[in-house]
Amino acid sequence: MRQKGISYAKYGYIFSLPFVLTFLVFSLYPLLYTVLIGFTDMRGLLKTSIHILDNPLQNFILILNNPTFRKSLSNTFLIWGMNFIPQISLALLLTAWFTNSSIHVKGQGMFKILIYMPNIITAASIAILFYSLFGYPKGPINDLLMRFGFTSAPQNFHLQKWTARGVVAFIQFWMWYGNTMIVLIAGVLGINPTLFEAAEIDGANATQIFFRITLPRLKTIILYTLVTSMIGGLQMFDIPRLFLLGGPDNSTLTASVFIYNQAFSGSYLYNRAAAASLIMFLIIVVLSSILFFLLRDMDAVQLKRETRALKKASKATHKGAIL
Amino acid sequence: MSKSLKASRTLSKTVIYAVCIFLSLLSVFPFWVMFMNATRGTFEIQQNSVGLFPSKYLLSNLKILSNKSFNATTGFFNSMIISSGATLCAVYFSSLTAYALVAYSWKMRQPFFTFIMAVLMIPAQVSSIGFYKFMYQINLTNNFLPLILPAIASPAMVFFMRQYLMGNLSLDIINSARIDGAGELYTFNTIILPIMKPAVATQAIFTFVLSWNNLFLPLILLTDSDKYTMPIMVSLLRGDIYKTEYGSVYLGLTLTVLPLFVIYFMLSKYIIAGVSLGAIKE
Repeated sequence: MRQKGISYAKYGYIFSLPFVLTFLVFSLYPLLYTVLIGFTDMRGLLKTSIHILDNPLQNFILILNNPTFRKSLSNTFLIWGMNFIPQISLALLLTAWFTNSSIHVKGQGMFKILIYMPNIITAASIAILFYSLFGYPKGPINDLLMRFGFTSAPQNFHLQKWTARGVVAFIQFWMWYGNTMIVLIAGVLGINPTLFEAAEIDGANATQIFFRITLPRLKTIILYTLVTSMIGGLQMFDIPRLFLLGGPDNSTLTASVFIYNQAFSGSYLYNRAAAASLIMFLIIVVLSSILFFLLRDMDAVQLKRETRALKKASKATHKGAIL
Repeated sequence: MSKSLKASRTLSKTVIYAVCIFLSLLSVFPFWVMFMNATRGTFEIQQNSVGLFPSKYLLSNLKILSNKSFNATTGFFNSMIISSGATLCAVYFSSLTAYALVAYSWKMRQPFFTFIMAVLMIPAQVSSIGFYKFMYQINLTNNFLPLILPAIASPAMVFFMRQYLMGNLSLDIINSARIDGAGELYTFNTIILPIMKPAVATQAIFTFVLSWNNLFLPLILLTDSDKYTMPIMVSLLRGDIYKTEYGSVYLGLTLTVLPLFVIYFMLSKYIIAGVSLGAIKE
């Protein structure tokens, strides 16, 4: 766009200014400040002067050697994995069903609406709802289990470590598989339909089409889901915090709940909490870069292969035209 | 051969519908129990915790609920102010930033876009300690502004809006507005924003819901009970004072999620479409 006389370029700067200023004040500065706090002796509510520690890495060393923090990290990964593997599997299965033209599932719209629904409801409310549902000695789940004869006496789920982890993982799974499914379905609908037609003409059945065409084409979206789910999962807070307050015996204590407890539930250890946040940030950055590099490499290889095929094809048609 | 094929297809169809119906019920069941128990008395719930039908204790539950620390009205209005404010800020300024990225050619345009892509994934929770300390020092705890203003810089939404504008904006419109003597901001407000309406609507719903559901930041910033948002009110239901008041706990939960159910069932079509759109646009 060439303009004579007036240059409009300055409006690019002016219109981006609110974003940039807000980002600097509310995102970048707090991030840098968190980094700084991680190296200081900032603790206690009323403390005004802070100093860099003699050994600047002391907070990080203390946190990394803190068995509760280690446990919270392993809990976070454990609960995330227990939710993600079933989540992506079920989402893929439903995607295969809903996009299969030969089955043509009726009432899909309704199913999608109901399956997606928990994703939009306040996680805090869901955590307390499940706390009530799994109530002891009286609660809906205990009632159902006893009515159908699975147990003779009410179970105190809140004291069973693996049940507690399982329920937290289930809630995450239950809230998110609908979202993942809709994302995957959109991905399938974005695949060039001629690919499916060609496969059908060649006599491929639904299973073959799914594993040979759909799944490889969805690789990017699946990896994207993996990364976003991981970043979200590592910050899991509302549900483990409100379902059993991290218990029993810290078995549902996640990294975010640990950080919250360090800083905001009476101990005011802002420096330790900041150090733990930064360790978490580092883990997120490392893991997502690994995944993105894998993704990029795969894309590059794919692109190369496609351009080569395209060249070959165009050569062939060219030849055909001459002949 | 074809007979057995047909039979297996009917079988697999039955399995598919059975699974889909089961999953739908799984989504509804916890909320159904919640809604029904909100109308049932504590005594009834102790007798039988799974009620499939409403009872008549709604008002007495409400009385018990509001006589203690849970205040649904305060929570509702506080959440409303924060979520509406954050949504307005996010939607307007993200559109404006996206417009700056698409409509003008300026030197820093590409670096700025690269920068937005780089910060897209940084989780806000990581810097929460510094954020809290900063707000504490400038006396903005127990204030709604730290929960509203940061929405002005929403990198993910800028990215989405930019993609939308690139597909839907023709520079001719801007040029003809200029010939008519319209100012640049005026053009944006009166011509460009209406063009962006579909994208704005989708993004507005998601921002609103996300802000409404947010627990972490409000929980650390708002300590004054007059300032509590809905999710903080909900967390009170976990406390000892409601330990034996089963009916009113369910009612409290119901009150917090009711607005979301209303929004969802009015807009579910757009919400589902929005989720798919987000997937393709990346």
